[in-house]
Amino acid sequence: MLPGSHPIDILRFNTCGSVDDGKSTLIGRLLYDSKNLMEDQIEALERSADITGGGQINLANLTDGLRAEREQGITIDVAYRYFATPRRRFIVADTPGHVQYTRNMVTGASSANLSVVLVDARQGVIEQSRRHTYIAALLGIPHVVIAVNKMDLVDWSEARFREIREQFEAFLPRLNVLRDVKFIPISALNGDNVVDPSPRTPWYEGPPLLRHLENVHIASDWNLEGLRFPVQWVNRPHAPRDPALHDFRGLSGQLAGGIVRAGDKVLVLPGGLRSTVRQIHTFDGPLAEAFSPQSVTLLLADDLDVSRGDMIVGADHLPGVGSDLRAKLCWMHQKPLVRGRKFWLKHTTQTVQAVVTTLESRINIATYDEEPDPPQLLLNDIGAVRLQTSKPLVYDGYAQNRLTGAFILIEPGTNLTVAAGMLQPPAELYKPEYTDFAI
Amino acid sequence: MPSYHLDHLAYLETEAVHVMREVAAEFERPALLFSGGKDSICLLRLAEKAFRPSDLPMPLLNVDTGHHFPELNEFRDRRASELGAKLIVRKVEDAIAAGVAVPTPGEISRNRLQIPTLLAAIEEFRFDCAIGGARRDEEKARAKERFFSFRDAFGQWDPKNQRPELWNLYNARVNPGEHMRVFPLSNWTEMDVWEYIRRERLEVPRIYFSHRRLAVRRGGQWLPVTDLLPPKPNETVRELVVRVRTIGDIISTGLVESPANTVDDIIAEIAAARVTERGSRADDKTSEAAMEDRKKAGYF
Repeated sequence: MLPGSHPIDILRFNTCGSVDDGKSTLIGRLLYDSKNLMEDQIEALERSADITGGGQINLANLTDGLRAEREQGITIDVAYRYFATPRRRFIVADTPGHVQYTRNMVTGASSANLSVVLVDARQGVIEQSRRHTYIAALLGIPHVVIAVNKMDLVDWSEARFREIREQFEAFLPRLNVLRDVKFIPISALNGDNVVDPSPRTPWYEGPPLLRHLENVHIASDWNLEGLRFPVQWVNRPHAPRDPALHDFRGLSGQLAGGIVRAGDKVLVLPGGLRSTVRQIHTFDGPLAEAFSPQSVTLLLADDLDVSRGDMIVGADHLPGVGSDLRAKLCWMHQKPLVRGRKFWLKHTTQTVQAVVTTLESRINIATYDEEPDPPQLLLNDIGAVRLQTSKPLVYDGYAQNRLTGAFILIEPGTNLTVAAGMLQPPAELYKPEYTDFAI
Repeated sequence: MPSYHLDHLAYLETEAVHVMREVAAEFERPALLFSGGKDSICLLRLAEKAFRPSDLPMPLLNVDTGHHFPELNEFRDRRASELGAKLIVRKVEDAIAAGVAVPTPGEISRNRLQIPTLLAAIEEFRFDCAIGGARRDEEKARAKERFFSFRDAFGQWDPKNQRPELWNLYNARVNPGEHMRVFPLSNWTEMDVWEYIRRERLEVPRIYFSHRRLAVRRGGQWLPVTDLLPPKPNETVRELVVRVRTIGDIISTGLVESPANTVDDIIAEIAAARVTERGSRADDKTSEAAMEDRKKAGYF
């Protein structure tokens, strides 16, 4: 890239597939063919090839980072990789496909703009493919690519590619949140349609994978409707030398949704206090407006009692406020989840106590059937639950806002993160006490 | 029509500022590891972005191996005082004298001895969190580490038992005696760091830029000739025009022959580089799992 060239942005994606679908090989191929590998990395690859691979470079070794997993030959955890093209920077979460590692895929997918679901062209849609697609939908990933891999092993058959696409299209409508799904025939091992278009697929008219990743439109992936500003840290200088700062009381945080402008009327929830944004303060000077996901400091016109965990919202697109919540949960711990257990629940910038009051259903993510009233949720299970929190949350449905609709559960004592939660939309939205609030 | 879209540096910045503020809000006694190197220089700017006009709500901490580049320590001290920040320095030498760190006979490198020195400092000040400038693109073991990386009472990292990290919801809970390492630059690359230094017009120590230095050829690298590293009779010694790309101890930091005199030059050089940053660090070359082993023991 030339110094001072046009602004580029970041695309975050994850890869998922079964154990031998070639995820790590695909990432290795993307790095290798887009000239993002350095000589010492290639050297290290060649060194390990001599030891373990009989002289053949194994692109998967690039991402299978920990010694433990090189020994086992499977990726045991989420690894992050970085590469760049002149158009974009990429952050790749390499998430394992082994059946018991749903938890890792959920983790890698939580912040992704795009998911690459790998399918072995010989096998077509298998149970794993349905799981991965379900999780992409559950996590609200805006864009999905189904990469039909190992096309070289089915003689680059267009009929086979179409057949697999039809297998997917038979169940995708059940996941109606997936609006942008692309199918690409590739061979990660040989590099066909990964970075460069393949001469072996004249029947395929779409772009190779990397070109699609460079061009997919992500500017609207952030929710810009409805201001959501979770107060993260109260900025109040102690004994400032500058007298102008004596009354400085800033509310610092990262916008989780919407746009805020100086002069905006706002509500502080859950208390319901009203004020006006006096200034949007940043280290680089005041801003006229700020948008999600910027980190800023708001100064309000009134000296209100506001602290971490409060949420500043705008006059329209109000959120829900409540402590009786319904959510989808991905359970991530060996010890099964049973009804009545208490946890710490972290949502935006606040941590409250929560009890799981009802296990409504367990979702079979291979068949998408819901099994009602399960006795427990096991590691890697996804279920629908009801929770009661010790304090009300200010929240949105996860499908509306990934940041104000998400939470984690933490086990008291061990402090382990045991579940990822996605809130259902509130039954009713917050109603301001004063009707004159509407502008 | 305004564009509500962040470029890559603005995105990385807002993510890191969010992480910094989570640390300030969630921990009782955090510290920020500041060496004077380019990554921790970015950390300091991010701390200013997160916390001004307040004072930085945490002291700066540095483990001095006694093998630092003098230019780096001078810069570290000056920068801390410019920011009005409290700087705590703990020396490997003192840790050796106190029996906290035990050198391996015959080993000159103090890289490993940083670990017990750092852990002792964390214990001394009862820090429950240490912010570091490590990046995931540096190395394969780091690529798997979380933003909030839990350390048990022995300061150890357990790569197979990491807390899943979802969305921007960081689990910061630790029990007494345990602590957290937090890495706001996790998603930054070497190029991002230099582009940020350019955008923010940050000062960096002179040794990142081209200068003349006496160097000895050893282990396929040019290393600085100092009292700590006298050349052996059969080794080649040259005066070269060099710079450092990554700063470790003065006895293990490879010098890169380079005319790069400005941040723009450095960015152009990295864009064309054919080896990674850590390719010039002898401490990482020991074995393919070198970093994994050190991190498990409590390394940065």
